[in-house]
Amino acid sequence: MSSKTEQKLGREKLQRIIEMCIAIEAHAVDPFMLDVDDIIKVVKEYFPRWEKPEDLNLDAETIHHLASSIKLQSEWIKHRSTSLYTDPFLLEEKITQAGKEVMVGLFLKAWHPVVELEQISIHSLAEAMRYWETLLPLRERWKELAAPKVEIGTATRDELIRERILGDKVFSDELENYWQELKEKVKEKGHDGKILYWDFVGAETYEETAQRAFLTSFLITYGYATLEIHPLEEEIFIKPFETPIAKISTQQSISIPIAVTHDNWQKWKRGEPD
Amino acid sequence: MSRRKGVYASKMKRATHMLFYRRHQKPGVKGWELHKALGADYPKVLDILDDYLKSLDLQVKTVFEEEKTPVEKPALEELDKARFYVTLRGELTPKETKMIGWRIDDLAGLAIAIAYIISKKGQASRKEVEELLNEKLPGWKVGLNIDRYIRYGYLLQDDNAQLYLDWRTRAEVDRKALIDTLLTAETQKTAPSEVTDEESKEADYKSND
Repeated sequence: MSSKTEQKLGREKLQRIIEMCIAIEAHAVDPFMLDVDDIIKVVKEYFPRWEKPEDLNLDAETIHHLASSIKLQSEWIKHRSTSLYTDPFLLEEKITQAGKEVMVGLFLKAWHPVVELEQISIHSLAEAMRYWETLLPLRERWKELAAPKVEIGTATRDELIRERILGDKVFSDELENYWQELKEKVKEKGHDGKILYWDFVGAETYEETAQRAFLTSFLITYGYATLEIHPLEEEIFIKPFETPIAKISTQQSISIPIAVTHDNWQKWKRGEPD
Repeated sequence: MSRRKGVYASKMKRATHMLFYRRHQKPGVKGWELHKALGADYPKVLDILDDYLKSLDLQVKTVFEEEKTPVEKPALEELDKARFYVTLRGELTPKETKMIGWRIDDLAGLAIAIAYIISKKGQASRKEVEELLNEKLPGWKVGLNIDRYIRYGYLLQDDNAQLYLDWRTRAEVDRKALIDTLLTAETQKTAPSEVTDEESKEADYKSND
């Protein structure tokens, strides 16, 4: 078998192990279905063949998930060995069948409520009086602010835009235009349908960059684009979708913080890696 | 009285003040607070106090951090991280529970919730617990009761609506005894409509929620 075919087979095996471990972590599969020795054998067998960072990453991910599954096995054994372990079905049955009075009666055998007292002391009274003496009257603490009186009037949309209360475009239009810009930029400068995050967000001024990063976050949240993160290379790509993905907002989302600091912006301007 | 005895008597008084009167939002005192106030021999002071409280049917209860109850004699470091409470040593009678503001339904609901969470390895979804309580309590009460158990510190709820046992259950409930007695108890069926008896109405006035 050629080295490439073997690597492909190895990748598939690791992928299957990861899927199995994820199912165990989600409590969908019994943790003891996993033969740890066998898996370690597979991981050991293919490890010397991994050269690419993605493969090493896959290897590390397999070990990570395997460790989580072993932890679950150990927790299961620990729980079973404690005196508190009882068959949950049996217990549930007992709970459902027990009457209120029985339940209260047996709870009282195991319940030892905490004793606590609340009482004011001479010391706390003296302390409170000292506080009261030094407390300024409300009229002195909450002095009225001399707010200038302004006549009620009307403002036009242009005036609100000038005051920066409103943007000059409807936000959804602005987002749509920005999405088109992303698609064009990917065609021009990107590869594999994606572009480096900073190459898209970066602009002449820092203010503009921050504004673009702000809009980009909405592109991702609203399903117009997605982020692709390569942790080993420390690279973040942005990838536009051909049509917005509506189900994104219904799935559980994760937040990815990206620091758009002045220093990072300067580094990008100088062409230094982030 | 010898000087040594006098020292312990005064330390015991100090420990009593600290343990009986609530100092923080939650009752109880952390080991390190007792260590600071009474000195490194505070476990001995607590032993003497516990012995003294026996005649009053009270006890000094130690709750170790994250349920790491040591198998052997705990080290001072472990005790410093533990929390100490004064709890009832013996048992309350059903009449007494009404006096302290618990209706029979509420207490039975609490017992069921705690036992069920224990049976599920310390974690159960609120929905499951609600369904279980719904069998014997009126629907409108179930949610209110669970909120009350959470507010009192018996249960804890996370953002995913999963329920866990909280600090008060760890301090007050002998979980092993609860499960053992439940498993050995004679089963007795109760109809859901059996809720509004005269006694529970009466207790309603006493309940402050």
